[in-house]
Amino acid sequence: MPIQYYIILSLALFCIGIVGVLTRRNAIIIFMCIELMLNAVNLLLVAFSKMHYAAAAVANKAATEGTEGQLFVFFIMVVAAAEVSVGLAIIVMMYRNIHSVDVSFLNRLKN
Amino acid sequence: MNATQIVFWFLSALALVSALMVLLSKNPVHSVLWLITVFFAISGHYILLNAQFLAIVNLIVYAGAIMVLFLFVIMLMNLNKQTEPQKNAWLKMAGAISGGCLLMILISLVKQANEITTKTARMKDGDIGLIGNLGKALFHDYVVPFEISSVLFLSAMVGAVVIGKKD
Repeated sequence: MPIQYYIILSLALFCIGIVGVLTRRNAIIIFMCIELMLNAVNLLLVAFSKMHYAAAAVANKAATEGTEGQLFVFFIMVVAAAEVSVGLAIIVMMYRNIHSVDVSFLNRLKN
Repeated sequence: MNATQIVFWFLSALALVSALMVLLSKNPVHSVLWLITVFFAISGHYILLNAQFLAIVNLIVYAGAIMVLFLFVIMLMNLNKQTEPQKNAWLKMAGAISGGCLLMILISLVKQANEITTKTARMKDGDIGLIGNLGKALFHDYVVPFEISSVLFLSAMVGAVVIGKKD
């Protein structure tokens, strides 16, 4: 498939995530939209890694170009898993204190 | 139109519709379920690109672990349609318009880029996405980042416990 299709698909998913962060007030939904944006970037990295592989595989059948892109996706997943565990703990603590997950109650750092 | 293209368009439409439904659902539980559908569609894309290791890891880590964590938290807080906070209509429209403008600008940039018009992503074959190749690269060239990520996990675990415990 042309790489442009993958770029446009990833851009659409990324912008849907941005619209979600801008339009929702539930902290958990905002967090899910951030996960959506991370996944859009992951998809684009895999598509680019296969693009570089396609360019290199013409000359050499056993080319390993593009491996780094897929390893980056792996590390992004690792960081996302760590981020989700800490973030959800913060949201649970916030719910325990103010009995709501509405981010507009968090517009001041004090009190 | 061959089978690969049909699967590509089907998975793309599924991912976009499910991503929109994540935003449009009033009930947070439905949002989580739609997000799981997005992750399945993206895993399908990985399989189509023959990145088999990432497809399985995406399913296990995202659809399996992270989304179950989200579901647990939402059900623990007993969030539903009635308690869902809503922004007013003007702010929603402003957010949608600004996101749409960003999408239009980025797509027009992609359309103008001449270098990538002839590039294609290799579908279905190529063994760089198989676990043998990725494992060799991970444990030869990327050992240090791999070990550092384990330290990151340990600190995230300690942080989650410290934040989550009642004081």
